[in-house]
Amino acid sequence: MAIAPAPQPLLHVENLSKTYPRVDSGGSFTVLEDVSLSVMPNEIVALLGRSGSGKSTLLRSVAGLIKPTKGTVYSSGKPVTGPNSDVAMVFQSFALLPWLTVTENVEVGLEVLRLDHKEVRKRSQEALKMVGLEGFGKAYPRELSGGMQQRVGFARAFVVRPRLLLLDEPFSALDVLTAENLRGEIGDLWEAGHFPAQSVILVTHNIEEAIMLADRVVVMSSNPGRIRGQIRIDLARPRERNSADFRAMADHIYTIMTNPETSVAPMFSPGRRPLETTPLPHARPGAISGLLELVEDYGGADDVAVISDRLRIEADDLLPILDAAVLLGFAEVRQGDVTLTETGRSFAEGEVEAAKRIFRSQVLDRAPLVRTMYEALLTSKGGRMRQEFFLDVLDENYSEEEAKSQFDTAVHWARYAGLFEYDSDEETLRLHEIEQ
Amino acid sequence: MIRLPSKYALPKSPIGMADAALLFGLFLLFYTVAKVGSGFFVAFKPPYITPEVKLDPVNLPYYAIRSTIRMFIGLGLSVIFTLGYGYVAAKYALAEKVLVPLLDVLQSVPVLAFLSVTVTFFISLFPGSLVGLEFACIFAIFTGQAWNMTFSFYHSLITLPKELDEAAKVFRFSKWRRFVSVEVPASMIGLVWNGMMSFGGGWFFVAASEAISVSNRNYTLPGIGSYVASAIAVKNLPALGWAIVTMIVLIVLVDQLFWRPVVAWAEKFRMDKSSASVQAHSWLLDLFRAAQLPRILNRYWRRLQRKLPKFTSPHLPVDSVLVRRHTKSRFRINNDLVFGIALGGMVVGGLVYGARFVNTEVGIRETGYAMWLGLLTFLRVLVLLVFATIVWTPVGVAIGFNPRLARIAQPIVLTCASFPANFLFPAATIIFLKLHIHLNWGAIILMILGAQWYVLFNTIAGAMAVPNDLREMATNMRMGGWARWKKLIIPSIFPAWVTGAITASGGAWNASIVAEVVTWGNKTLHADGLGNYITQATTVGDAPRIVLGVTLMCVYVVSINRLVWRRLYVLAENRYRLG
Repeated sequence: MAIAPAPQPLLHVENLSKTYPRVDSGGSFTVLEDVSLSVMPNEIVALLGRSGSGKSTLLRSVAGLIKPTKGTVYSSGKPVTGPNSDVAMVFQSFALLPWLTVTENVEVGLEVLRLDHKEVRKRSQEALKMVGLEGFGKAYPRELSGGMQQRVGFARAFVVRPRLLLLDEPFSALDVLTAENLRGEIGDLWEAGHFPAQSVILVTHNIEEAIMLADRVVVMSSNPGRIRGQIRIDLARPRERNSADFRAMADHIYTIMTNPETSVAPMFSPGRRPLETTPLPHARPGAISGLLELVEDYGGADDVAVISDRLRIEADDLLPILDAAVLLGFAEVRQGDVTLTETGRSFAEGEVEAAKRIFRSQVLDRAPLVRTMYEALLTSKGGRMRQEFFLDVLDENYSEEEAKSQFDTAVHWARYAGLFEYDSDEETLRLHEIEQ
Repeated sequence: MIRLPSKYALPKSPIGMADAALLFGLFLLFYTVAKVGSGFFVAFKPPYITPEVKLDPVNLPYYAIRSTIRMFIGLGLSVIFTLGYGYVAAKYALAEKVLVPLLDVLQSVPVLAFLSVTVTFFISLFPGSLVGLEFACIFAIFTGQAWNMTFSFYHSLITLPKELDEAAKVFRFSKWRRFVSVEVPASMIGLVWNGMMSFGGGWFFVAASEAISVSNRNYTLPGIGSYVASAIAVKNLPALGWAIVTMIVLIVLVDQLFWRPVVAWAEKFRMDKSSASVQAHSWLLDLFRAAQLPRILNRYWRRLQRKLPKFTSPHLPVDSVLVRRHTKSRFRINNDLVFGIALGGMVVGGLVYGARFVNTEVGIRETGYAMWLGLLTFLRVLVLLVFATIVWTPVGVAIGFNPRLARIAQPIVLTCASFPANFLFPAATIIFLKLHIHLNWGAIILMILGAQWYVLFNTIAGAMAVPNDLREMATNMRMGGWARWKKLIIPSIFPAWVTGAITASGGAWNASIVAEVVTWGNKTLHADGLGNYITQATTVGDAPRIVLGVTLMCVYVVSINRLVWRRLYVLAENRYRLG
């Protein structure tokens, strides 16, 4: 490769793939496929994607916590083979040791550096000051609120002065206001110019968070995780959430995120059983109906970013519901705008029985997994089948967890549609009584 | 700058009342242990002369302390074993496959059944001294505690929260730092609770193993258990009374001075945000925290640590094992195969050996007879469980639903559970003799004396955990009487009941060894059962029958665990777990 001798990337990820073997079926499941990415000094890169896009796996490969199946991570030019000493990580769930005081927690990463005691104290005091926790050194994490606990998490990462700071959805376990506050402070620190790390990778599913903080947003696709594209964010800092440019950028990214990829089909190699040609988005019928009603209330069409903002739902939660509405033919999404279809309108407006009827015909028509399960039950003896059978088939295309989720969603939809029942005691599916 | 010292900023006197009390307590402890402990070493005697037990109650404190020291040595060994075995089992996949099933079997095997084997073994290790017997007794205590604690530690290690594991790796903890700062603290609460519960059960083993007859020879260690045994031999009822009182005082003291502070201290290792249902308090821990001395010592210790980093915080290699559970797959089939063949070989070998043993040493008839006796003992355990359930479940629920009552009752029940039931056997025996009750029935009562408390204790805990909302709902829906029990109470306390019943049944099998043969003076009562069979074989030193009896008891207990308890436990976990 002929990289110009210009700035050396801090981190270089080359053709990374991660595949987990399926222990019981002998197959395998791909989480990340052929991902390449560079992080330059002095930039914040946001990895944006839905659940299942492997963004967290990518981050853990960078940290050296996961060994990739293929490809290499180069940190400061050297391949990463174990825990990466150039990085420090801030965790979604804080990952503080509850039996250590705040100071002890913060100093935890310094032991390996073998600094003398004075230096250790100096650094931890500095870091605590930076995150506004001066005077909390002797407290135990349980005495602090969630926001303050995450500040300890940041201080613990700052104190080792990593080249690269890894943020794994650091604000998503906090309530909206606390998250906004802490996010703003981290942004301020970065802008102030003496940030304790050279560069940052931020994993998030919150589009506005990505725009707020990042210089570059890397959008990832799901199943398997790939990089769909990168967007440079050149907005001036500090960024204003309500500025026209910010809104335009949010709209643009929402458009990309809601735009289904050209085709989902190539995921599945031909010749397999046709049980699962389209993965079901994990949304409950009630949530679909609720979303449609909301769009209806605003005149039958709305901007996705606006909906997300108005409901304070993050993209990760909103998008599956939207996907389900689209899959079932209740809505259409174009350029980041949702429009209800005729069927969607009658589903949203209809009373319970009518809505169920519409749901049922749409599901049979457009949700292949539910239809296949229903048809299998119709032809089976006594209208009963074991859960295991379907899970085994699903297992061939999904991770174990995802197979179970697909099954659960299918059962939810079928129950709502009155197609079939699931008996969790016997772990069997059976046709609804009327059908038999 | 001139700063005026406020009242609070004035230097405290370095040593206060709390420190004085602490120092005095420590002095007392060292003095007692040194004084009593010296007895361990002067008592070297030929095997035929065993120390005489003096029945004068004045000697009781001495004996009690001897027994207590044994208990704590056993506990110490258990902790060391736990940390080592649990760590290896959790870290090395291949070791895990052998160690965990082995532990599972060890856990369900009745400790007392092995006493004859271990006593003989340890005595042969130290011929001509009591040290062997001392070891055997401590070993019995150890086996009563170690397995539970090891399981708890192992389980905590493999269920270590993923983010803590990752944080330890990202911040490049050494293996030692990880062990000390992450793994042990994360397992602390489970370790302490399991330790406390099995320590309570340990008094029973002390009492049973301090005075034992093996191969027509009586072995006696000075201790509260042998004191009771001597009192029984000479029909000294007042001495028995004193022993019982001493035992109760001892249990309460150990609880107040050791377990309560430890439990209260362990609270800081709780990981979930919700605090314990009943906050543990300990006056001793408060004293410790009020005192200056520990803090001063701690400060010096830290300063010392900084000066000598090489000794106190060894920088072992950074733990760089990449998430193990996903990466062990390539050699899996091979390993499984090898392991399967090894295990299969052992099973086949065991069967062949067993068949030969039955054929040449004891005969099929004898085996059949012993199995029949095992069935009788099993029936006793069953009756005990039914009795404890019918009597104590309603009581436990009533107590558990009344928080104030529960707070008072729980420590009492725990003390009852710790109290070695074999101290009460003589009194019961006198009654059996008076009323001409055959021990075939009497043994059930003796087994109940010790085991019932576990059912009660767990039922109380289970009832306390039933959410108030559910109870109010039941009242609101006017569920009364049986409907309330059927729909709400029984399902919601079921998991707790299963835990209690498992413990009770384990305890009862152990108790059968000492409950199916009881003596009062020169009168000895026997019950038909496997416990009696083993005890008698032990007394006369009939090796083949000891082996047969012990093996059969293990087979019974392990298979009942597998067939019944395991399933009920899974059912309870899956269906009836609240919240």
